[in-house]
Amino acid sequence: MAKGKLRNNAPAIATAGPVSVWMIIFVLLPLIYILVISFMTRSSYGGIDYTFTLDNYKEMLQPLYLSVIVKSFKLAFLTTAICLVVGYPLAYWIASKPFKTAGNLLMLVMIPYWTSSLVRLYSTNLLVMPNGFINTALMKLGLIDQPLDLLYSDTMVLVGLLVTCLPFSVLPLYSSIEKMDKSLIEASKDLGANSVQTFLRVTIPQTAPGIAGCIILVFIPSLGMYYVPEILGGGKVMLIGTLVKNQFLVTKNWPFGASMAILLILITLAIMLIYTRFNKLEDLEVC
Amino acid sequence: MKTENQRLSKRLRRKRAGRRWGNVFAVAVFTFIYIPVAMMVLFSFNDQRTNYYWNGFTFEWYEYLFTKSTLWENLVVSLIVAVASVILSLIVGVLGAIGLSRFEFKLKKTINSSLYIPIVIPEVVLGISLLLLFDFCQFPLGYWSMILSHTTFCVPFVVIIMRGRIAGMDMSVEEASMDLGANRIYTFFNITLPMMVPGIMSAAFMSFTLSIDDVIITNFVSGPYATTLPIKILSMVKVGLKPEVNALTTIMVFVLVLGIVCNSIFQAAAKRRASKKVVTYY
Repeated sequence: MAKGKLRNNAPAIATAGPVSVWMIIFVLLPLIYILVISFMTRSSYGGIDYTFTLDNYKEMLQPLYLSVIVKSFKLAFLTTAICLVVGYPLAYWIASKPFKTAGNLLMLVMIPYWTSSLVRLYSTNLLVMPNGFINTALMKLGLIDQPLDLLYSDTMVLVGLLVTCLPFSVLPLYSSIEKMDKSLIEASKDLGANSVQTFLRVTIPQTAPGIAGCIILVFIPSLGMYYVPEILGGGKVMLIGTLVKNQFLVTKNWPFGASMAILLILITLAIMLIYTRFNKLEDLEVC
Repeated sequence: MKTENQRLSKRLRRKRAGRRWGNVFAVAVFTFIYIPVAMMVLFSFNDQRTNYYWNGFTFEWYEYLFTKSTLWENLVVSLIVAVASVILSLIVGVLGAIGLSRFEFKLKKTINSSLYIPIVIPEVVLGISLLLLFDFCQFPLGYWSMILSHTTFCVPFVVIIMRGRIAGMDMSVEEASMDLGANRIYTFFNITLPMMVPGIMSAAFMSFTLSIDDVIITNFVSGPYATTLPIKILSMVKVGLKPEVNALTTIMVFVLVLGIVCNSIFQAAAKRRASKKVVTYY
């Protein structure tokens, strides 16, 4: 009997088994471990002392860290908003092309994403150096007398986040626009709605899953991309991701870093909960 | 009647104007996306020890790259890690996609949702969670820790890509094979797997690109003796990148674009051949 059951289950175990074990060991258990550690004390040698404390969470409320959290949210929000405002029309434009052209254009969007993001960001930085191309051009044109002080600013971090995130935003938007029933737009216009009304009342609701996907794939990652502020902020701009990384790799305060990570996990969970209320998880277009 | 016509033509005219603005807008966005890439390529020809400003044109750095550069060692590490984790994540992911789309089991919902964790969670969180795991198990940081970590963030993409492909496949062929006397394992290797090859190819490409460019997670789990190219570049960024780095990444982009172009030509040719075959049959 037992043998027969095993035999019946063998294909399921052989196929779904490895991925289940992998996800449990490498994803679920470590996340639970982060939660445990976030309530522990830092030992004097940078290790973990297993005594319960709430200090890590209290420390987060210090003005220094609060300002980092607020700034991260501000930049992530702006990045997402600009990605939507820029990515949506672009995705719409690509979707209006014949299928084959659209495929090539999407490829064109993705190629920069396949090139080293570090070198791309560093190259972006070179543009705004005091004697970089932008300042030289503006000074030659006589528009400014002194080089613009753009280097290592919040603005440049925002530009860096956009450079890194824009391709992600186009993909989910494109697929939802492409799936949309175009006759609805015609119908709306025939029934007397103007372009703005049609866009707000028909197009946007119809492509809402793509917009939600864009928010998930841009807002959440941009909270954690620590190398963007490192390169374009020159160490002057701190984001949550930088803070978490520093706690683990530089100052070695793992419990405090873990509590910051828990904050990021909670934000992710909250956004995903909202998303799954209106959409299926399977509909999230990630590739 | 006349007003109706006028209204229609107005709509048409507006549509045409909209299309023109659409093109202008698209060109502007593409310019924004490609400026950093263009700068990267341009500065690989920069006549300066460290890239700060444009100082004149030279091929010197390409020569340096092929004669003296040590970056190749890091590229080799990157390639070893990428290839190993692509293979591992294909094995785990393809099997997993079959299992998750065919069978019902207790933990299915949990596993299904957990697949989305590495995709949506900020990478830095995944990075520290893997570091903590390796630290907890006293697993040494090096090639294997990097391979296991890369596999962890590639598997979900493989499963999702393959699940989509499996849903679109005609599974009656499989049943036919079993009806004709083949066992499950023979059917899997001779029927199911060949049908999935196109999906596997795109999953492999996706995983490879994710692995080869990963900075955030690798930074936590790389050991002192093996450094991938992105981590090496990250350590160089603080003191300024040498044009040799730009030269190497430029070559990599060039190879990638060449690969994409060859692939699409190859596929178009295959399609043409396939359609010709159909013609000869009739």
